[in-house]
Amino acid sequence: MADAPVIEVARLVKRFGPKLVLRNLDFEVRAGEFVALLGPNGAGKTTLLRILSSLASPTLGHVRIAGHELPRQAAGVRRRLGVVSHLPLLYGDLTAHENLTFYGRMYALDGLDQRIDEVLAIVGLAARRRDLVRTFSRGMQQRLAIARAVLHDPDVLLLDEPHTGLDQDACEMLDTILRRVASEGRTVVMTSHDLSRIEDLATRFDVLTKGAIRASVQKSDVQRDGILRFYRQALESASGLNERQAA
Amino acid sequence: MNAYLRTLGAVVWKDLAAEWRSRELISSMGVFALLVIFIFNFALDLDPKTRSSVMSGVLWATFIFSGTLGLNRSMAIEKDRGCLDGLLLAPVDRTAIYFGKALANMIFILAIAAIVLPVCFILYGVNLFNPGLLLVILLGVEGYVAVGTLLAAMAVQTRTRDILLPILLFPVAIPVLVAAVKASSGFLAAIPMEEITPWLNLLLVFDVVFTAAAFMVFDYIVEE
Repeated sequence: MADAPVIEVARLVKRFGPKLVLRNLDFEVRAGEFVALLGPNGAGKTTLLRILSSLASPTLGHVRIAGHELPRQAAGVRRRLGVVSHLPLLYGDLTAHENLTFYGRMYALDGLDQRIDEVLAIVGLAARRRDLVRTFSRGMQQRLAIARAVLHDPDVLLLDEPHTGLDQDACEMLDTILRRVASEGRTVVMTSHDLSRIEDLATRFDVLTKGAIRASVQKSDVQRDGILRFYRQALESASGLNERQAA
Repeated sequence: MNAYLRTLGAVVWKDLAAEWRSRELISSMGVFALLVIFIFNFALDLDPKTRSSVMSGVLWATFIFSGTLGLNRSMAIEKDRGCLDGLLLAPVDRTAIYFGKALANMIFILAIAAIVLPVCFILYGVNLFNPGLLLVILLGVEGYVAVGTLLAAMAVQTRTRDILLPILLFPVAIPVLVAAVKASSGFLAAIPMEEITPWLNLLLVFDVVFTAAAFMVFDYIVEE
């Protein structure tokens, strides 16, 4: 499954004023991989995803997605990308169908009504298509957010803490949907704090802390329930590295 | 060009459909506009001759204050649920998003004007259904919305967006407002067209300048 890199990031630096958020970050994801991006708050995960999704520009470094250079060829990247964040990116005063119709028009999709029916069926919201999004529960909104993200059939999915604010049942339903959309050959990068949840979904785990990827491991190389140990070791090792650099 | 217009149309359709459901913008702008007119009417307590001379000032103060409410809310809706990111993620020319938002804002302010004009006619007894005045309202609202939508997109990124927009917008929009008030007064007082034309030209120039400036910088303003 995994072959050519779909996402290539080299020596990426992102600075907000005097604050250095990403420090010479190198990151590569091959086609069909499901990469879990782990790390503490403030590590730079969301910033990295915003740069990958062309919503923010790198200060320095190279970012290439599906053969398109960012930020120069951003429109080409956006066409191949679906994004889900902890905010639903949906309009509460429009129905589920109207929200998808709007985004479908923005992507100039052909056969839009049929495609909307397909994605609503995938996320289990076909029966609620005519209901206003503001009447949806948080879990239903997040499922509709996934429908919006896959509406244009993107090759790459970027998920930024999609489980935030969901209860156990909603998380499980979301996981089922994520497994399904990932199994269609998409490349997925997902940030999460919930290690137990992401352990079952991802095929690779990268630890991002203090602005750089400090450790990476394939799922096949980790023992069952070993992700927590791997994550802690990566953080301790990064912390030790920083202390040595400071000394 | 077709893709550009399709994007623009999609943004306008989305804003109008959402507003049709919630009536959040029109109701708050409408109530505020009517309050401003009533307050001026009671506070000034003018004789018929003076009423006519202050009418254009009352009209534009009403449009500007209620318009600012609408501009702020229109962008806040995009920001609050992350929808602005959703718009920016689409593979479209971002200026089409700007023009879509601006056109929708213009429709909202013109809808308020359609409510305000008959009420002013009743309260002040001044005939406002003058083709020249309607043209001035169209041009003035266009210039105000052109710069207002741009600055609202900038202000919405800040924590103090509600107070920041008027502080940024009013000084920048002064040339449009002065030209609009002067041209409106001219049409209401039925002064010769030669005296009104310079104000109309000024209004037109600022419309073009503001729209062109917004076209050029919108992409940079919404970029993080």
